[in-house]
Amino acid sequence: MYGGGNIFEATKFDDLATEDPVKLAEFEARIARGEKIEPNDWMPELYRKQLIRMIEQHAHSEIIGALPEGTWITRAPGFRRKMAQMAKVQDEVGHGQLLYSAAETLGKSREAMLTDLINGKSKYSNVFNYPAVTWADSNIISWLIDAGAIVNQMANAKGSYGPYCRALDRICAEEAFHLKYGHDAVVHMATGSPKQREMIQAALNRWWPPIMTFFGPSDKMSTHTETLVRWKVKMATNDECRQQFLDMYVPKIWELGLTVPDPKLHKNADGVWEYTEPDWVEFKEVINGNGPCNKERLAVRRTAEEKGAWVRRALLAPKKEAKYIKPLA
Amino acid sequence: MNTEALKDLLYKIADDQLILGHRNSEWTGFGPMLEEDIAFSSMAQDKLGHSLAFYKILHELGEAEPDTVAFTRNANQFHNCQLVELPIGEYDFSLIRHFLFDNAEILRFDMLTRSSYEPIAKVATKLKGEVKYHVLHANTMIKQLGSSTDEAIERLQNSLNEALPYALGIFEKSKFDNELIAEGIFEGEEKLQTQWLENIKKVLSQTHLELPDLNTITPKFGGRYGEHTEHLQPLLDEMAEVFSIDPTAEW
Repeated sequence: MYGGGNIFEATKFDDLATEDPVKLAEFEARIARGEKIEPNDWMPELYRKQLIRMIEQHAHSEIIGALPEGTWITRAPGFRRKMAQMAKVQDEVGHGQLLYSAAETLGKSREAMLTDLINGKSKYSNVFNYPAVTWADSNIISWLIDAGAIVNQMANAKGSYGPYCRALDRICAEEAFHLKYGHDAVVHMATGSPKQREMIQAALNRWWPPIMTFFGPSDKMSTHTETLVRWKVKMATNDECRQQFLDMYVPKIWELGLTVPDPKLHKNADGVWEYTEPDWVEFKEVINGNGPCNKERLAVRRTAEEKGAWVRRALLAPKKEAKYIKPLA
Repeated sequence: MNTEALKDLLYKIADDQLILGHRNSEWTGFGPMLEEDIAFSSMAQDKLGHSLAFYKILHELGEAEPDTVAFTRNANQFHNCQLVELPIGEYDFSLIRHFLFDNAEILRFDMLTRSSYEPIAKVATKLKGEVKYHVLHANTMIKQLGSSTDEAIERLQNSLNEALPYALGIFEKSKFDNELIAEGIFEGEEKLQTQWLENIKKVLSQTHLELPDLNTITPKFGGRYGEHTEHLQPLLDEMAEVFSIDPTAEW
């Protein structure tokens, strides 16, 4: 589950100065013709760098995103939810695996990416630094965060880098099920007992501000990404994704009798949604490590890496000589 | 046919699956590598599904709905062996438990495909194929890690020594064992244990792990009669945390 938007370094004027102009022109022409770039094809260093950055952050978002919902697997109410929650979170970890493989085709190993994650050098989707306080929070994540991820990932699946696009096609197919699962769970809560309705509204209130930041800062604050747009690395602007999300899901939220905690939220006559500008100062603070769960999420990941290191070492080790087995013994 | 005997058999099978499925799911997000994370989550789902299938047979025999049975009983009403309720520990323990348990489970399912009680035979036939993959996974990892680094071998050996008394508890006979054999419902724990021992020896002999002398080990019995370690009740409380907010609600 990944919303992107906050991930690109600003490109500088002289980034391409060292690239071969003939190869660069051919590369750009291929992308303009709608061709996919494959791992062994020539590509500018900036393209490689930004793609590693994007795919790696997407992969991290999947495995860190598994944590807030993962804590509810053991507490999911009833067989149906327990099994679905397990399957859903397992899918997310599987997406991580797919995406690390896609990023590895660009020359950075999974181990190196995970090391950068643990060291805080590499980021992940900011929403996962917020806690899933109740079961209802987990339902809201499954529905609306996955919905947001689909908006972003469907756009990125039309991008230019072959391995990433193919991974996204598979991921989007699974996310579509998550969305149905999340929606079904929210419907049960929103149409259930007064206690359930109260739980789901409270969860929506908690999650709405992070959801609004999911696609990253507004376009007027974003760094210049013209080159990345031309190279089909960045496929839609943050505000375009946010508008699409609001357009698709706010009516569905209202349909359930839930209230979106933003008095300013409405759709203008020209079809554009207006909303209270998210708190981008808090957003920056949280990205930089000061959110409610940053430390906990990374600590969990670090523990998993450290405790599992012996398994990875053992699997890489040359096999010990097999024990001698006595004939006919 | 003695329904009480049948129910006792079904409860122990279903409870084993439910509790181990729950424990395996605790690996989601924490595995030593993504592939193992996914494998344990996947097996957890299968185990849950298997327990549900057996709880459904129990429901047909007059017991409460599967959700009620799984989410509202106390520890002393559970018939699982103590092995499955132990905390996941580190990966070496979870792998050894998975190896010891599923090598027994595949044989149990195989026996059940021949059960004279048709609903059991049907379910076992349908689900056996999934347990086959669990065994394949366990045996592959044990063979590979069990002949790799000294560190891995030492960890697995310690966990094997620790888990074995509990694993023998899988085969604790119920008071209905002879009756179930006589009626052709289940071929009995003793036969199961003998075959299990042969199979795990075959795998362990291809590694640097040593199977301790079983004669020196006192099996951890009691689970089949509702006696459990201190670890089961907290697991059940956690499992029921949301369900018990309103057991009549649809979640």
